[in-house]
Amino acid sequence: MSAATVTPDARISPRAHLRHTGALIRRNLLWIRQDPESMFDAVLMPVVFTLLFVYVFGGSIGQALGGGQDGYVQYVIPGMIAMMSMTLSQGVGTGFSQDFNSGVMDRFRSLPIGRGSVLFAKITVELARMLFATTVLMIVAVLVGFDIERWGGLLAAVGLSAAFASSIMWVFLTLGVVLKNAQSVQAMGFLVLFPLQFGSSIFAPTQSMPGWLQAFTDYNPLSTLADAARGLMVGGPVAHDLWITLGWSVAITAVMAPVAIHKFRTKS
Amino acid sequence: MKRIDNRPDGGQLAVRVRGLVKHYGETKALDGVDLDVREGTVMGVLGPNGAGKTTLVRILSTLITPTSGEAVVAGYDVLRQPRQLRRVIGLTGQYASVDEKLPGWENLYLIGRLLDLSRKDARARAGELLERFSLTDAAKRPASTYSGGMRRRLDLAASMIGRPSVLFLDEPTTGLDPRTRNEVWDEVKAMVGDGVTVLLTTQYMEEAEQLASELTVVDRGKVIAGGGIEELKAKVGGRTLRVRPADPGQLRPLAAFLDELGITGLASTTVDTERGAVLVPILSDEQLTAVVGAVTAQGVTLASVTTELPSLDEVFLSLTGHRASAPQDAAPATDAREEVAV
Repeated sequence: MSAATVTPDARISPRAHLRHTGALIRRNLLWIRQDPESMFDAVLMPVVFTLLFVYVFGGSIGQALGGGQDGYVQYVIPGMIAMMSMTLSQGVGTGFSQDFNSGVMDRFRSLPIGRGSVLFAKITVELARMLFATTVLMIVAVLVGFDIERWGGLLAAVGLSAAFASSIMWVFLTLGVVLKNAQSVQAMGFLVLFPLQFGSSIFAPTQSMPGWLQAFTDYNPLSTLADAARGLMVGGPVAHDLWITLGWSVAITAVMAPVAIHKFRTKS
Repeated sequence: MKRIDNRPDGGQLAVRVRGLVKHYGETKALDGVDLDVREGTVMGVLGPNGAGKTTLVRILSTLITPTSGEAVVAGYDVLRQPRQLRRVIGLTGQYASVDEKLPGWENLYLIGRLLDLSRKDARARAGELLERFSLTDAAKRPASTYSGGMRRRLDLAASMIGRPSVLFLDEPTTGLDPRTRNEVWDEVKAMVGDGVTVLLTTQYMEEAEQLASELTVVDRGKVIAGGGIEELKAKVGGRTLRVRPADPGQLRPLAAFLDELGITGLASTTVDTERGAVLVPILSDEQLTAVVGAVTAQGVTLASVTTELPSLDEVFLSLTGHRASAPQDAAPATDAREEVAV
């Protein structure tokens, strides 16, 4: 009966894409409302890490930098922005894995929507969560003595780390689709994140590291992101690190977005 | 819109499957399945765990692609026209596929928006379906707080949002207690009354008899029998008569008496001591009458006499000569289900 009255269209218009993505963003936001604990990491991570690094390592690293603890605050806060872009991106994969195991993904995939909508919605909400965490970070940063000298630079640094984060999220989305459960995604994420974060210039300058490690940290996008953020927020050379970071973001997205969408489409 | 040719008997085909094969490495989940479902009918696909039922539903709802073969649903090819197809189907999975963190209303509103309803229409449709599936009171509560039955009803409601012409129900009552199962059956019957074509997979003969007009029995990826329910039941060999004497001490004498009686075509009886009943296989109403008559003439007081459909296991035994591959899951509907708590 109804089959004769509807005339389905194979194409999905850009407006329909936006509508679908919007509806799915609403779903992901409702998740947060239903389960406020899921925001704990976004609130606590910037607080805990900032206090930890500033007060535990700040004195001695700061001394080496020649500026004491206050000097270290100026050094580490831009790095924390870079770190959070990576760590919070991981949540996108674990949430996705849960969706698949609950069967609700089957329903989405049996609906006439573009396959990218589900992924775009997830990324959008995760970026919003990241911006929230960054706001928390900046409040804590000011409380421990960070001096925001350049507001424009701060915004640019946040924008750059959001661009980098969204590229990394495609990697975690792919893991979320491919790996069996949320725990595996988390374990895998940890294995990737840990060396990248600490083998970088986020927490300490790389000059004192051995040569082989420096070779790694120089190419580590988290180093270039942290250095670019530092340059933008407190001054110093920016262009080189900025372009390398943007290059990484574009390259990772170009490779991983199609892979993630393909894996999502063909997951059996 | 492209439609399928009429069948000789006049009904159009809502689902047409030919030579469908799906391999997972060495495993043949589907091994050449043919299936026709006429518009407005309910096709029951009966089989044990691992028979390929879910694989079939997943291919027909475009979630996975077949290794070979063809399938057309509501006039659309699953491989060439998946987008159009998705617009005219509804899917209710084996595990209720609703978003547990979202309230019932939000679940339905979300699906409405994804099906391109306007905000206003999506709101109206969500309210309407909550009402129809008796979930209005729970509309604002997260689905995670729902009982098993409520969750299935929400799942059914979600699959009805787009007014599908073909509905896939993949084991809609697996894991539900008998009362809840009856609720779900009533809802499915009401949907069929609206003219929806339903393809239902089940492990339970009883469920198939309640809902389906035609049956396809599958095992190990192959169709092993098909036809009308009555036809198939006749093939399988009728029902089981459960005779419970008022005095449990009479169980064995009664069984011996019935075996001796040898009403034509009667296989031997079995004694169910746990429930205090003698189980008598019968083929016809005449045999039923004869058994009850003989027992009464013998002067035995009866507490109850009930007839039962053959279990999936019995159906399989008579169709294939082997037991259903997963006996623990394919236990007789009437016995095992009562113990399932959700």
